[in-house]
Amino acid sequence: MLVDSPPEPSADTAPAPPARRVLRGAGLVLSAVLLLAVVLASIAVGAKQLSLGQVWHGVFQDSGTYADVVVGERVSRTLLGLLVGTALGLSGAVLQALTRNPLADPGLLGINMGASSAVVTAISFFGVTSLSGYVWFAFAGAAIVGVLVYTLGGTRSATPVRLALAGTALTAALSGYLQAVMITDNAALDKMRFWTVGSLASAKTDTIQQVLPFLAVGILLALGLARPLNALAMGDDTARALGAHLTRTRALSMASATLLCGAATAACGPIMFVGLMVPHVVRSFTGPDMRWILPYAALLSPVLLLGADVLGRVVSRPAELQVGIVTAAIGAPVFIFLVRRQRMAKL
Amino acid sequence: MKAIRTRGGLSVRLDVRTAVVVALLVAAALAGGVVLIGTGDFDIPAADVVRTLFGQGDAGQDFIVNELRLPRVLVGLLVGAALGLGGALFQSIARNPLGSPDVLGLGQGATAGALLVIVVFSGSAAQVAGGALVGGLVTGAAMYVLAWKRGVHGYRFVLVGIGLNAFAVALNGYLLTKADFVDAARAVVWMTGSLTGRDWEQVWPLLWLCVVLLPLVVAHARPLRMLEMGDDAAYALGVPVERTRVVLMGCAVLLTAAATAAAGPVSFVALTAPQLARRLTRSPGPNLLPAMCMGATLLIVSDWASQRVFGADQLPVGVVTGVLGGVYLLWLLVTERKAGRI
Repeated sequence: MLVDSPPEPSADTAPAPPARRVLRGAGLVLSAVLLLAVVLASIAVGAKQLSLGQVWHGVFQDSGTYADVVVGERVSRTLLGLLVGTALGLSGAVLQALTRNPLADPGLLGINMGASSAVVTAISFFGVTSLSGYVWFAFAGAAIVGVLVYTLGGTRSATPVRLALAGTALTAALSGYLQAVMITDNAALDKMRFWTVGSLASAKTDTIQQVLPFLAVGILLALGLARPLNALAMGDDTARALGAHLTRTRALSMASATLLCGAATAACGPIMFVGLMVPHVVRSFTGPDMRWILPYAALLSPVLLLGADVLGRVVSRPAELQVGIVTAAIGAPVFIFLVRRQRMAKL
Repeated sequence: MKAIRTRGGLSVRLDVRTAVVVALLVAAALAGGVVLIGTGDFDIPAADVVRTLFGQGDAGQDFIVNELRLPRVLVGLLVGAALGLGGALFQSIARNPLGSPDVLGLGQGATAGALLVIVVFSGSAAQVAGGALVGGLVTGAAMYVLAWKRGVHGYRFVLVGIGLNAFAVALNGYLLTKADFVDAARAVVWMTGSLTGRDWEQVWPLLWLCVVLLPLVVAHARPLRMLEMGDDAAYALGVPVERTRVVLMGCAVLLTAAATAAAGPVSFVALTAPQLARRLTRSPGPNLLPAMCMGATLLIVSDWASQRVFGADQLPVGVVTGVLGGVYLLWLLVTERKAGRI
């Protein structure tokens, strides 16, 4: 924990009465059960439907049958979805708290696009082909764009509108660059038109192994930031008076968001709106306390991502819809709904 | 700012600096057009181009200039003008220098319409243009309806636009993955915005649209300027706020959609032209005419640059304007920061 003596939180974040705390704890268990169900669905559903028995057999008594091979493929895909979902949800929650901006989302702020531009640059100009090589480019791209958007949106005076506009404008500039690369390099076009929409389909065991360390550090860092972010929510002056280290909190939050977005994007392309939607849904029943928001977001974001992935496999069988397309198709209406709500301006 | 008065009691306000800027920009756009006509695999000196344009060149030059290259340059000028004007209107209505139609999803919406025609129906060029027009109009209507809540407020309008933009981007990505490789390559070139192979068929509809819409826009320029001071102040000054906004937004959407239909979503002209024009005229307000002329100049110069630097028809003009937009964003970042505004 970064704050030695926990600040006495405001009325909103005061320790919940025992009954509510039990209820929230039960909610966490329920979320975990939901996640398990989605994971099973993600392994079972696809071009080849599997029964739960076959899934069990494939996971625990792998004997090399056709169904077992299918299960093996889908397990790595599901694991990647699990990790990336958690990463996107947590980074969204951290970014929303850090910028005190209800519309912050790694996709919307252009951070994912920054990572993917860097990756495309690495592939096309530097001839980097392995994930372990271009993941570093992804981090650099995510970090640079994160800082740029924050500056362009007006650091201290940043309003949700200005930040979102700055992110969208930068995204547009970067996608223009991506298009230029794709036009001049036909081989790259064929590879990248699938990657730039965001997809879990290319998941392999070594993909997971390569991004796992980064994601693990990012996730732990994000979960550890709950208390300082709670203090930050009360405004700079109050937070400082309560003994929170503002600069350290900001730097660590940014580092964790960069790690999470960069690694997630390097593994499966830019995915929008997961980081936006889940924290909002969570906040509606936990209230503003980050100590609850973060664990809930970590559990429910993969539910959304894997759910979207399963949906993408069901709607256009036997082909599939990339998960990035499904999340954007669900996310954009949710975003517009949030914007239309009166309370939008406040977090 | 000067006022010219007649004895009969009529008067007209004239901002001298703005008038000079507009005149210079028009001259630059036309000169750029002449140079662009002369540029290509078969170079023609500017004097010959001008002579041929007035109908006094030889048959070979006449064919190259009037049949092949003039329509392309005219489409460039008109598209640039339409985008510049549409951008100025949107930025004024959104009250934000970044709130231009390409950022707010109109470009992507029109692209979605065009891609639908390319990928699903393998349509002809004219059908693709029609699809783009419909896509842009549908996006514009959706933006207005979704942002409506007892009036359209600036920030809600911007954010709804961003949401629609994201949705359209996803739709375009989906269509692109559905396409076979030939269609995908065609779609990507279209999506970047290009003037290659444009002829008289694209010139006439765009020209008529501009001729009809320009007076309408200019007639509403003054209420728009009042609108920039905020809805309440504008109401107090007797401006029909919502009606002005609907009319001007309709014009801006039509202009942008038509320009996109003619040349594809040429990015960032709508974003940069009004801002550059405002810097040149140093006058507050929406600067509609300067923005329009600036858009035309920008597009022509960008097209010329893309041909000169990368060779004829190697890179579509949209790539050059895209780079331009990136530089503009960085510049905005630096200057606004220095000025302490961000």
